[in-house]
Amino acid sequence: MNVIEASGLGKRYGGTWALRECSLAIPAGHVAALVGPNGAGKTTLLNLAVGLMAPSAGSVTVLGGLPAGSLAALDGIAFVAQDTPLYKNLSVADMLHLTRNLNRRFDDRYVRSRLDDLGIPLQRKAARLSGGQQAQLALNLALARRPRLLVLDEPVAMLDPIARHDFMATVLTAAADDGVSVLLSSHVLAELERVADYLVLLSHGRVQVAGDVDDLLACHRVVTGPTAQADRYSEGLNVVHARRGEAQVHFLVRTNGSADPVPQGWEAHPVGLEELALAYLREPGAAALPGPARGDDAQLSAAMQ
Amino acid sequence: MPARPEQNASVRPLPWRRMIWVTWRQHRFALTGVAVLLGGLAVYVWLVGRQLHHAYALASACHPAGSPVCSVLASSFQSMDVQLSNGFVWQPLPALIGAFIGAPLLARELETGTFRYAWTQGFGRRRWTLAKLVLLATTVTAAAAAFSVLLSWYYQPYFTAGNQGRFLTALSPLASGLFDLRGVVFAAWTLAAFAIGALAGVLIRRVVPAIVATLVAYAGLALAAATFLRQHYLTALVTKNVDVPGTALVLSQWWTKGSQFAFGRAPITLLQRICPPPPPKAGPGNFSKSDFVGQCLSRHGYTQLTSYQPASRFWSFQLIEGSWLLALSLLLIGVTIWLVHRRTA
Repeated sequence: MNVIEASGLGKRYGGTWALRECSLAIPAGHVAALVGPNGAGKTTLLNLAVGLMAPSAGSVTVLGGLPAGSLAALDGIAFVAQDTPLYKNLSVADMLHLTRNLNRRFDDRYVRSRLDDLGIPLQRKAARLSGGQQAQLALNLALARRPRLLVLDEPVAMLDPIARHDFMATVLTAAADDGVSVLLSSHVLAELERVADYLVLLSHGRVQVAGDVDDLLACHRVVTGPTAQADRYSEGLNVVHARRGEAQVHFLVRTNGSADPVPQGWEAHPVGLEELALAYLREPGAAALPGPARGDDAQLSAAMQ
Repeated sequence: MPARPEQNASVRPLPWRRMIWVTWRQHRFALTGVAVLLGGLAVYVWLVGRQLHHAYALASACHPAGSPVCSVLASSFQSMDVQLSNGFVWQPLPALIGAFIGAPLLARELETGTFRYAWTQGFGRRRWTLAKLVLLATTVTAAAAAFSVLLSWYYQPYFTAGNQGRFLTALSPLASGLFDLRGVVFAAWTLAAFAIGALAGVLIRRVVPAIVATLVAYAGLALAAATFLRQHYLTALVTKNVDVPGTALVLSQWWTKGSQFAFGRAPITLLQRICPPPPPKAGPGNFSKSDFVGQCLSRHGYTQLTSYQPASRFWSFQLIEGSWLLALSLLLIGVTIWLVHRRTA
């Protein structure tokens, strides 16, 4: 089952496309990171997926084919929007009661024990909670709905490092213990390595990279060698991004899994997720998308434009 | 892992009654404010109304009308609560209730971003909007209707037939300022203000500008209805009788001669020629100038016509105005729900 499936999805504001020709299938059971620079269309894609927006082109379904925004889809998806909006004049207990009334399922015991652990008093007004507490409240309200998919829009952008760590720990626990699929957007790349096992990279309103993180890392490597030999060597390579220094050059190379030996004087390293994402973000023309036989072996096809 | 959507592809919607608690919790301060405002005003109206009714009972029971004792009683009734008697003081009330309950309803969600929470819960965005609008619209309309019953009672003495004969103030129940306080119309105007507010909120998306826009739009509509619309609900009656009852709403008066329109108000030159003003102190003291002119013009073959709406049409007018306001409110609420449904975040 795909938790999100988009085909030809597009969203236009006036004359500009915030998201364009987005085709995407995120399988269930992942913590998927939606990455991209500001204005890449991350929030637009998430809003389309949770039904807050209607697409200008194409279609998006969730949880195995439910139309985004339908009652069944809303029932299975919990969304925590950017800046975690809460009713500031309501108490924490009121927010619990509100969320319980608005949803079919609500695990009151879970959320109360979580808030107790976090030291968030039930009687306090939401406005008087710290930023980290507000984020935790919004997240735990979402998790108490027992969703099949948890969607988080820039959840940690406004949080300090400790709150950020605690927040992601809650998310990962839910994913690991309850099998909740997670889709979170972020422009904080450093966070992802620890968290995400599926990567979707958006750039300028288009999907640039999409795939299982292990597969993506296995299909790429960094090759370092003397700048003088760079051009000659790189001819036979599928170079995504080159970083040239005075003496040394670093290539991020698509290998499609083959580990050819490197020439004398060159070194090959495995690539990290942050480095991989950065390289693609610097090269908007490059793409790594699932091929026609997407799914099982997650074969990747490269397109250099 | 099942590839097909599971059987909950069409989940049963959550019961509507859950929105009662939600709506109360989120709007209790505004609703309490309205309750306190209307409650306070109701106590005031009741207290001054009892005095007014008492004074009226004394004045109307006095015999013979016009005697010195009765004149004193009559003038004590006349001078009571003169600031309330034209009803204008109550005119902003529906607008305020509508603007302060209706306008923030969606504008606050949109302004603070909480719509991203509310509209992604399992209840569903359209059902959430419908439930809130219906619950709050019903509440404010019912509150306004209750208050309007009290106002109807308060103003009752002014509309009693026979007031003129006893030298007591007679007001038309159709007069602007009074017509829309009584019957079904006060509640209907409150509902309309609420609906205008809700629509303004979803269009403007900010609380304070939406409240201001609601007040302005409401004032324009109320003024247009009072000035241009209301008098045309039914074809006006025309009479030659100069003694139109004081409870009728006089629309216009004009003079004819030989079934031809002569003038609305007699030109000065004509009056100086055919009806020179009487020498000072010639007539009895209570013989007014307009009576003199009228009688003089009549002698010269002029006939005064008056078009008016009789007080007996009060309920017809109430139903007409109530109906179009209800239709307008339902339309605005429908448009609001449609806008919420298709609004893109």
